[in-house]
Amino acid sequence: MNLTLKIWRQVSPAKKGKMVSYHVTDVSPDMSFLEMLDVLNEKLILDGDDPIAFDHDCREGICGSCGLMIDGVAHGPEQATVCQLHMRSFSDGDVIDIEPWRSGGFPVVKDLVVDRSAFDRIISAGGFISAPTGTAPEAHATPVPKKDSDAAFDAATCIGCGACVAACPNGSAMLFTASKVAHLGLLPQGQPERDERVLRMVGQQDAEDFGGCSNIGECSAVCPKGISMETISRLNHDLLGALRAGAVPAS
Amino acid sequence: MPLELFTVGEPIADTKAPTDVPVPQMWDERKFRARLVNPANRRRLSVIVVGTGLAGGSAAATLAEAGYRVKNFWFQDSPRRAHSVAAQGGINAAKNYRNDGDSVHRLFYDTVKGGDFRSRESNSYRLAEVSAAIIDQAVAQGVPFAREYGGLLDNRSFGGAQVSRTFYARGQTGQQLLYGAYQALERQIGLGNVETHGRTEMLDLVVVDGRARGIVVRDLITGQISTHLADAVVLASGGYSNVFYLSTNAKGSNVTAAWRAHKRGALFANPCYTQIHPTCIPVSGDYQSKLTLMSESLRNDGRVWVPKERGDDRDPRQIPEDERDYFLERKYPAFGNLVPRDIASRQAKNVCDEGRGVGPTGLGVYLDFSDAIERLGRSTIESKYGNLFDMYNRITGEDAYETGMRIYPAVHYTMGGLWVDYDLESNIPGLFVIGEANFSDQGANRLGASALMQGLADGYFVLPNTLANYLADGPFPKVAADHPSVVEAETAVRAQTEKLLSINGTRTVASFHRELGRLMWDLCGMERSDEGLRKALDRIPEIKHEFWTNVKVSGEQGVFNQNLEHAGRVADFIELAELMCVDALHRNESCGGHFRAESQTPEGEALRDDENFAYVAAWEYTPDGTPPVLHREALEYEYIHLAQRSYK
Ligand SMILES: Cc1cc2nc3c(=O)[nH]c(=O)nc-3n(C[C@H](O)[C@H](O)[C@H](O)COP(=O)(O)OP(=O)(O)OC[C@H]3O[C@@H](n4cnc5c(N)ncnc54)[C@H](O)[C@@H]3O)c2cc1C
Ligand code: SF4
Ligand code: FES
Repeated sequence: MNLTLKIWRQVSPAKKGKMVSYHVTDVSPDMSFLEMLDVLNEKLILDGDDPIAFDHDCREGICGSCGLMIDGVAHGPEQATVCQLHMRSFSDGDVIDIEPWRSGGFPVVKDLVVDRSAFDRIISAGGFISAPTGTAPEAHATPVPKKDSDAAFDAATCIGCGACVAACPNGSAMLFTASKVAHLGLLPQGQPERDERVLRMVGQQDAEDFGGCSNIGECSAVCPKGISMETISRLNHDLLGALRAGAVPAS
Repeated sequence: MPLELFTVGEPIADTKAPTDVPVPQMWDERKFRARLVNPANRRRLSVIVVGTGLAGGSAAATLAEAGYRVKNFWFQDSPRRAHSVAAQGGINAAKNYRNDGDSVHRLFYDTVKGGDFRSRESNSYRLAEVSAAIIDQAVAQGVPFAREYGGLLDNRSFGGAQVSRTFYARGQTGQQLLYGAYQALERQIGLGNVETHGRTEMLDLVVVDGRARGIVVRDLITGQISTHLADAVVLASGGYSNVFYLSTNAKGSNVTAAWRAHKRGALFANPCYTQIHPTCIPVSGDYQSKLTLMSESLRNDGRVWVPKERGDDRDPRQIPEDERDYFLERKYPAFGNLVPRDIASRQAKNVCDEGRGVGPTGLGVYLDFSDAIERLGRSTIESKYGNLFDMYNRITGEDAYETGMRIYPAVHYTMGGLWVDYDLESNIPGLFVIGEANFSDQGANRLGASALMQGLADGYFVLPNTLANYLADGPFPKVAADHPSVVEAETAVRAQTEKLLSINGTRTVASFHRELGRLMWDLCGMERSDEGLRKALDRIPEIKHEFWTNVKVSGEQGVFNQNLEHAGRVADFIELAELMCVDALHRNESCGGHFRAESQTPEGEALRDDENFAYVAAWEYTPDGTPPVLHREALEYEYIHLAQRSYK
């Protein structure tokens, strides 16, 4: 099939960007979306043009590197990462808009590449259980009900891609933060730091350039790992609990 | 073997393992003999860690926690994206929770046997010994392993093991273990104990007065080239499967850090030991950029077959039973579809070479679930493998409940890597290598679920002890920023970068990478022969020459330039490929992942040659155009009896 791509080009953070049109021909339906961009890039290189920068690594939906707005939808038409999207989801003659994540919290580095280090800083603020190497008790010392451990796993599958932020009209990082709060808060090992964790993570989230959460649910609708809105309720529950227990908000 | 391919140097006599005590006591003994660093002195000692995968992430977190000043480097945007995140199946540990006869000794035995008697007993034993503590550590961090209804951890049997010792977190074990290490690392970053350098690529090693003292890096966003110095350097940069272009590794996985260290004097051991995984989704076209692994567990219920007739391109459902060849069941009646990875892979290749492969490219075999679905019901198959069938459907557009899944082998893991001693230290003092980047524990073939175990064993438990022993002599004299070794390394990196950008030829980097990969797959892949390897060794220097005279790399140095990153990596893969072929050619035996056509039994099975090849081949780099030097480390088996594998 033949397609027209309108792609966001931006040389560097300081320079202004713009949409540029490209025509791609002979696209196979079995190609992945990123392979289609690879083919375009090889052509651009041979023509002496600057290839399109985009993040990717595993190309199997698990590292969280890739992320594009495709026709205004984070990761495109399938609820999966863009590296898992195949061209059979498109038709001959389509015009496709391709843009980077757009959020104050994710400044553009180049073209379709953004800086998501704010996510790491949120984890760094409290998204962990303090368990210095070598201090761990025998793994079977604390049984964990299967239901809790399964629910913790569901929350823990977040890959940190940032689609939730990109999809949110407020640019909120709530689904991301909540997934870690829920994962660790559901496990017995996570209890001692539970109050402090949520306060510090939310505090850091507010200190970054993310908007507030107004429970619209656009995040969960695009999340490639299907993280549910319930995780946000869990976060709010923990936050209230911590504040009620007399904790002082970190921000 | 003609002399010009390589020369032979001094053998390696000592690996620093305390061999004066029996193997079960060696690690305790080594820890006891190792010198300690007073906690107050640790602040004055700095360590560079390259990598944030299971190995690098766990090491950086543990060293920072111990009080050393850690400088951590990685090339992705976040440490959480290291390729370890993609591991699916599980992690082994000798916990014997199932009371099924497992023990440290059995895991040790399985590792040495699985490695086809080409690993060191001392290292393999230690790996088995520390495995149990890894699970404790991960659980304490909140890694959500699968559990049973009673709340205790679940185990499964993996990769043909006869005991259930594999811990798993659905099909995302690597992800969850990596996040455990990543969160521990982020905690240390938050405490100010780690200096971070994300989106930064190591391009050279700085050796001063015989010690590894720093690295030269390129900031991938600004293009700035700079040097970072420390008292020791730890490489945890992963494996080199991408020398084959198509592999199950992430696109950015590379050999650059290890290769540049090799060019500075670090020995590269057993480069030809690569592992090919039998159950991957076949290539669909020329644009293919990577291969996707389907979990090995599928072979528990799927039956592998191809049509008996060549060129039979009927819909598989129209091919009657008696016109199908269930070749694994036919050749290996005892193990059937569950034969080890290397055997399943090679047999698939053989039937495709005979012209009986299936699918649009003829490079595929069926993995058929129709019998299992009939026997167990679709819902059972769905609950066991639903996510894999979905993934298959997403990639191929086909429904494997209805028609045979198509699979083909793909390169998956590299057992070779930088040579290290028992302390995980290379032959360059102060350069330590951990995880898949070293060669140490897996021999000629790795057992399923043992790479995650090794990465975490190295980073959490082994390195922190052995590195302390080295650092006890530090801090080492300060290295000036204008020290000749620093200036020389930085100048070399700049020159290479400028050279790549100035060639301005007519071929893309990717086209060279594809050509190299194809050549390696054909001639140094599942089956290697004297003739084929010599052909490859004729061709690789030509590819190298053409690359350096005709590649076209776009853009400039001082900016974000992914094409330039790729170019540097491909340049190193080309050089590595040559050493792999020399290694494969010199090892005229079949062992583990290395199958030499000249060394097989009358039935076509791998034939090891213990008399001549029971050694580690550690290669020394020599400047361009001169043959590498082989250093042999003899392997002795005191605890496990050498035997030929048989799966008939
Ligand atoms: C699809 C797949 C499934 C697997 N499943 C399993 C399994 O079920 N069980 C199992 O035991 N094993 C499995 N393996 C193998 C296992 O995942 C790897 O061997 C292991 O994770 C490697 O860990 P590592 O820490 O050594 O390296 P990696 O995780 O590859 O990390 C490398 C790190 O080094 C950094 N780096 C690399 N080069 C440079 C450079 N030049 N400069 C700066 N930084 C650099 C990277 O940024 C990264 O942080 C699987 C592998 C694959 C591909
Ligand atoms: S919550 Fe979902 S969309 Fe947001 S970062 Fe995690 S995986 Fe991506
Ligand atoms: S490239 Fe890893 S999730 Fe898409």
